[in-house]
Amino acid sequence: MTPDAIPHLPRGVRLHYDRVRQDWVLLAPERAVRLDPIGHAILSRVDGVQSFGALTADLAATFNAPLDDVARDSAEFLAGLAERRFLEVR
Amino acid sequence: MANPPIAMLAELTHRCPLSCPYCSNPVELTARDTELSTAEWVSVFQQAADLGVLQLHLSGGEPASRRDLEELVKAARDAGLYTNLITSGIGLTEKRLAALDAAGLDHIQLSLQGTDAEMADRIGGYKGGFARKMQVAQWIAAIGFPLTLNFVMHRGNMHQLPRAIDMAQEMGARRIEVATVQFHGWAMLNRGALMPDRAQAREASRIVAEARAALKGRLVIDYVPADYHADYPKTCMGGWATTGLNVAPDGLVLPCHAAQTIKTLTFDTVRTRPLAEIWHEGAAFNAFRGTDWMQEPCRSCERKTIDFGGCRCQAMAIAGDPAATDPVCVKSPHHARMRALAEDFAGQSDADLTWRVMEKTSE
Repeated sequence: MTPDAIPHLPRGVRLHYDRVRQDWVLLAPERAVRLDPIGHAILSRVDGVQSFGALTADLAATFNAPLDDVARDSAEFLAGLAERRFLEVR
Repeated sequence: MANPPIAMLAELTHRCPLSCPYCSNPVELTARDTELSTAEWVSVFQQAADLGVLQLHLSGGEPASRRDLEELVKAARDAGLYTNLITSGIGLTEKRLAALDAAGLDHIQLSLQGTDAEMADRIGGYKGGFARKMQVAQWIAAIGFPLTLNFVMHRGNMHQLPRAIDMAQEMGARRIEVATVQFHGWAMLNRGALMPDRAQAREASRIVAEARAALKGRLVIDYVPADYHADYPKTCMGGWATTGLNVAPDGLVLPCHAAQTIKTLTFDTVRTRPLAEIWHEGAAFNAFRGTDWMQEPCRSCERKTIDFGGCRCQAMAIAGDPAATDPVCVKSPHHARMRALAEDFAGQSDADLTWRVMEKTSE
């Protein structure tokens, strides 16, 4: 994923707080993907406006982590979702 | 205490304009006058969300046969549930789809009985059904609902699989479910006409594997292979009473849609017992939960927490014991007979179809 790519959740895919299990899930057609805190941190920044570069810079600053690592892990995570049609990129 | 369920299948009604010979509804269908009311369903949705259900599948019969479908979708969304409509498309109009959109419907799963009118209308037993479905698919795309095409496959239409995969792409579907008929309910009456042979089942698996590779990232393919020809059973329901539950039109709560074929089980209804209590304490749910109920060869099998012994209803139907190993399994003493049955049914080239019918008096 290039820094200027803008990822977004397509219609029918949304973040949801699971109040019974007290954690975040990504709800998609006939699927519910449980998110760890990192997955949630990434997806809560996927708003269809911020670029991949901006959101990874924000993550790196927020979690005080090396940008290269953050970008690599985020790209891998988002690519996995895109392959399942849970994420689109403009 | 058991983990809460993730998914609930709400069979809003058994009424349906189609009469598919593999319908998963029980052979004894529930009459309209015993269906849960709007208010009762709304309460069930709220209880389901409180229990931990995330995914709600609105099914039937044909859910569009319920005039209050739009209201039910809205109530389910208000309860916090992800709403999936499982439909043949018949009974949906452009206006109703717009209302479902406004109500917050998340996703549509559209069934496909065949890839042309001749096949689809014959299997569905409804003339003009295919043309109507194609129109509905266009309206769905125009609104932008995420779509899954559900191609129900059997010996008579397996050769149409490549075209079904093309159609899913043409319709703009993100997913296609390629589901070989599972033999429960009405399909049990039609094994001779519907059972694929081994070569066909293998060919379908090959086509799916190839399409998955070619369409990676564009079309997701979920595949339910021909169970009778397998060596290990399916992980039915993800394990009995672990993941999902069904609510029948009259409010009976079932661990799976075929559970009523196990006559030794007793079921509770949401009309007299809270849903959470039924899930955690109901006799039918606890009957095969976990692994304590297992017999040999399941009990000492390394796969027992992978497939949970397979399908209880199939164990009942073929082995005559719902606690037996699913006879699909190579370790089952009934496996050879299962294989012979599959071959026998697959070879019945002149078998007639029995279409689903609802008693006229119950309409």
